[in-house]
Amino acid sequence: MMDAETQEIFRQEAEALMEALQEGLLVLKDTPDDLEVVAGVFRALHTIKGTGAMFGFSRLASFVHNFEAAFEAVRSGKAVVTPELVNVALTAYDLIAELLEGGDPDPAKDAELTAALNAATTGEAAPATAAAPAAKKDAAPAKIESWDLQFRLPQDFMEIGGNPIAMLDELREVGGDSVSVRLLTDRLPPIAQMDPRALYAGFQVTLPGTIKEGAIRDVFMFHEDQMELNLTAVHAAEAAAPAPAEAPKAAAPAAPAAPAAEPKAETAAKANKAASAAVAQLRVAADRVDLIMDRVGELVIAEARLAAIAAQLQNEALLGVVEDIQRLALGLRDSTMALRMTPLSSIMGRFRRLSHDLAETTGKTFDFIVEGEETELDKTVVEKLTDPLVHMIRNSVDHGLETPEQRAEAGKPERGLVKLSARHAGAEVIIEIIDDGRGMNEAAIRKRAIERGLMTEDSDIPRSEVLKMVLEPGFSTAEQVTALSGRGVGADVVKQAIESLNGSIDITSEPGFGTTFCLRLPLTLAIIEGLLIGVANDRYALPLLAVEQILELPEKLAKGDSATDVIELNNELVPVLRLRQVFNRTGTPAAHPKIVIVGANDTRVGLVVDEIIGTNQTVIKQLSPLHSRLKIFSGATILGDGCVALILDVIHLVTLGQEIEQRLKGNAA
Amino acid sequence: MSKEILIVDDSPSVRRMVSMTLQQAGYSVTEAVDGAKGLEAAKAHRYAMVITDQNMPNMTGLEFIQAYRSDPSSSGVPIIFLSTESEGGLKEAARAAGALGWMVKPFETEQLLAVVKKVAG
Repeated sequence: MMDAETQEIFRQEAEALMEALQEGLLVLKDTPDDLEVVAGVFRALHTIKGTGAMFGFSRLASFVHNFEAAFEAVRSGKAVVTPELVNVALTAYDLIAELLEGGDPDPAKDAELTAALNAATTGEAAPATAAAPAAKKDAAPAKIESWDLQFRLPQDFMEIGGNPIAMLDELREVGGDSVSVRLLTDRLPPIAQMDPRALYAGFQVTLPGTIKEGAIRDVFMFHEDQMELNLTAVHAAEAAAPAPAEAPKAAAPAAPAAPAAEPKAETAAKANKAASAAVAQLRVAADRVDLIMDRVGELVIAEARLAAIAAQLQNEALLGVVEDIQRLALGLRDSTMALRMTPLSSIMGRFRRLSHDLAETTGKTFDFIVEGEETELDKTVVEKLTDPLVHMIRNSVDHGLETPEQRAEAGKPERGLVKLSARHAGAEVIIEIIDDGRGMNEAAIRKRAIERGLMTEDSDIPRSEVLKMVLEPGFSTAEQVTALSGRGVGADVVKQAIESLNGSIDITSEPGFGTTFCLRLPLTLAIIEGLLIGVANDRYALPLLAVEQILELPEKLAKGDSATDVIELNNELVPVLRLRQVFNRTGTPAAHPKIVIVGANDTRVGLVVDEIIGTNQTVIKQLSPLHSRLKIFSGATILGDGCVALILDVIHLVTLGQEIEQRLKGNAA
Repeated sequence: MSKEILIVDDSPSVRRMVSMTLQQAGYSVTEAVDGAKGLEAAKAHRYAMVITDQNMPNMTGLEFIQAYRSDPSSSGVPIIFLSTESEGGLKEAARAAGALGWMVKPFETEQLLAVVKKVAG
């Protein structure tokens, strides 16, 4: 019987293989004669079949066997990839996915799809260009990000005239300037036993970029048989974890080379006979990383407490140690956070599939372009982002893009464009979903918003805000339900999901030219740099990244007693919130209050506080569901002295400031 | 100074093809018609690279490599071994005797140049 761990390893492997399979099929849709991709699809199928049979999925194995046969025909040049084949294969993919998840679809499906696969590869008369796919293309499979290469040459290599330096130079020629080389000196004998003519060193080389495996292997012409050579393709999704050199204890100490390592090598597609791929890559269950992150959070808190005690005792030696621990804890925090970073490409396969399906069902033709899929985000953010992105892409195609006929009429190219782009901007990631469709109809949205009571006829709401109303719950303009938009999340869920990630969403739209949804998301959710402030003997934390300036409270504002005021900053009026009043605190304010200017969504608000305490590593703890209605706080953190400080929600404060400003303007008018 | 390469082969056409190709690429080439002449030349001068055929009268390429490698002065001089497909197993034997690489006959001039460039620089 399979134990849970083995099962989990199989599940993870299957997931990766399925991802590769789907990715490959979608690439083949556009470049049907890319033999390398065909080979990749074949390999993925082959491995799914093999491990599936081993893990008791016999129905799956026998179905995949037939699936594989179809691609064997393509691989050997007996058949070619046609759009029909890709479509049937994608449906077959869905069946495998269902079987893997333990579903029990109608057994007739197996036979039906097998027949369809056969028909798509053998049934049709061989096309005139049957011999076409002979020429090997130079394109590497789409997903390879870099190659990890470890090699050790025979000891007599230099003796017989070989030159390892020349080899490294050749590798640099293949991989460009950013090739990095590390010397492996672990097999160096004691100096007394050293043969001065022998080569003991090994080399660890990383070659970034999509290089063809053959080009790398060519460097080792003649020697592959006599040397140790481990070449592993690092795929986009895997590059996330900066691969710890040693396998942690978690990786089944009893059988280190066994299941954990093998599937890895297989997933790395370019097979690597010596299965030491685990050295470079390690697949770890996500909750283990979360556990580390939790503990690092606790460590940071404990460290702060230690620092507080040391500062009190004024013990030089202790302070020195505290400094060391502080540095280590910070380093640990950073590397743990890096572990959590996942590139967006890990969910891109789904979107490519979605765009394929959307094209099929809507009859709209469009290019789906992804930019910056290497952009990394916190794992939680990436996971929570999937559904909103699915919705927005679907929305762009369903409602944004016109039909080819409509586009032709409007004088636009018949082929539409949907672009998903991601990039880093400071501590945020900006994700945009752009379409070149008909754009949003502001008048229709206004009308609908008034109907729904979201605004009144005479509301003076700027266009950008009006457009955002499509994200309100229950808002929908004449939504035609298509086969695809029938299921899944609504637009309001998009807004909720993004806000729960402390992100924000903006919509810009130009009638006739298209719509852009712009998401801004924080890089991470676990630990942030905070600014501790004091308000009436209590301490609160603000995300430091949101803090723009800290000023002395101007004399005339200090005297005022209204709940809000404005301060002029670079010719711009910024509303001011007195936190004492916001929190209903009585008593005498500090003699020299300060204003902290914070910003979100290009809008700012000034917060009057009694005291600036300093920066702090803020380990974010969620508030209990009981307190979740308190929008002004986004969480809580534990300070060095064990006290709790609430974390202020900057986005909420900014909205609060704007509301008060609006109200004041209303009064004035 | 152009790099000097020694070609040991009893077939004049092969020697000529190798010489022409390499000279055009800027190498200087010394020809030896059999193993014995090859050894003489190799011991008298240190070449950037030695290419030897297997099928030769008197001394096979394998024997030539063994004899040359028994001379300490050969240390660090790369040897490329020429054989035909049918001579299976020889590749390994040549490697064991101290050849750095091999080429299978027949080969194109481009292949030859690629190997020489790789080995001799």
